[in-house]
Amino acid sequence: MNLSEIIKILEATVIVQPDTEDFNIQRACSADLMSDVLYYHAPDSLLITGLTQLSVIRTAEIVGIRAIAFVFNKTPDAQIIEFAQKKKIPLLSTRFCMYTAAGKLYEAGLTGC
Amino acid sequence: MSLNIKETIDGSFQLVGADFTHAGEASTQLKQKLAELGVPDGIVRRVAIATFEAEMNAIIYAAAGWLHYCITPQSITIQVVDMGPGIENIELAMQEGYSTAPDWAREMGWGAGMGLPNMKRNSDIFKIDSVVGEGTTVEMIINFP
Amino acid sequence: MKLSDIVNKLSLDVKTYKDGLQHAVTGAYVSDLLSDVMANSKEGHIWITLQAHINIVAVASMKDLAGIIIIGGRQVPEEVLKKADEEEITVMTTPLSAFEIAGRLYQLLT
Repeated sequence: MNLSEIIKILEATVIVQPDTEDFNIQRACSADLMSDVLYYHAPDSLLITGLTQLSVIRTAEIVGIRAIAFVFNKTPDAQIIEFAQKKKIPLLSTRFCMYTAAGKLYEAGLTGC
Repeated sequence: MSLNIKETIDGSFQLVGADFTHAGEASTQLKQKLAELGVPDGIVRRVAIATFEAEMNAIIYAAAGWLHYCITPQSITIQVVDMGPGIENIELAMQEGYSTAPDWAREMGWGAGMGLPNMKRNSDIFKIDSVVGEGTTVEMIINFP
Repeated sequence: MKLSDIVNKLSLDVKTYKDGLQHAVTGAYVSDLLSDVMANSKEGHIWITLQAHINIVAVASMKDLAGIIIIGGRQVPEEVLKKADEEEITVMTTPLSAFEIAGRLYQLLT
């Protein structure tokens, strides 16, 4: 699924733009515990989370998560946004909760990690 | 890309307790270094995950610690030494889901009780040694193909 | 929808308080942060999490949740199960990930 479609489904605000239009994601994982992501991750997936700390971006970078969606309209601090920009990890913010975000994306065809 | 490691490369990083701003820096730098040396992606990722968990443990539990690494043409050894409270029951700590993390760490997304299992799972050789009141040393070896 | 229907359709493994299967489920909440669940979950929700920490029982009890699904095939410690039975909280487990089980539940409930 193209990232643009994910943005549409989540009615998301884009905080960090992807650097290419050809940005495909097949899997997603929803988690707040970073060890969970480090354990069950799949590379090239989308992370849906309620946390906006720097360690979330670090975790994404370490396991090769391609994009992150923050729930409840959360937005990280400016320095964290800058860090994600540097690491080329697109950041989205959706008004939905994690359950609804996962539900809508699952319905649209994304699979779990 | 073939492995481009001619001689032993070693170095270390200092870890500071509760310093979440720099948490993960050692792991990402090591990840980059290994990629530059031509280590395959899957192995680089295992090293990064194991190192990141070890680094986070030192940052959450200890006042300070050191991360040493040693890269040879055959493998990488990562040793994390911390001056933390030590682990009373290592067998229990190795169980998935067991955690003694403080509530604040849980609220930051850590303390799932997956740290040590994650380190072991990603290492070819995993050793842990701990003395209550003094600290913990974790040694992980990951082989190259 | 009754919790028992959800258990059947999603093949959940019920670990505690089977009487709770008669309860009605109004929705679900996915989070691993206890303070977040305290603040945002609603009565009758199923809580989906990887947390198997003892405090999840107290949170579910205080918020009158319909039950807790612990994901990823996680082993739930005996003391947590005992507490859940005492507090009349239905704890269920699944080998699936949070995303997967939330996705399937969403399809059942909407």
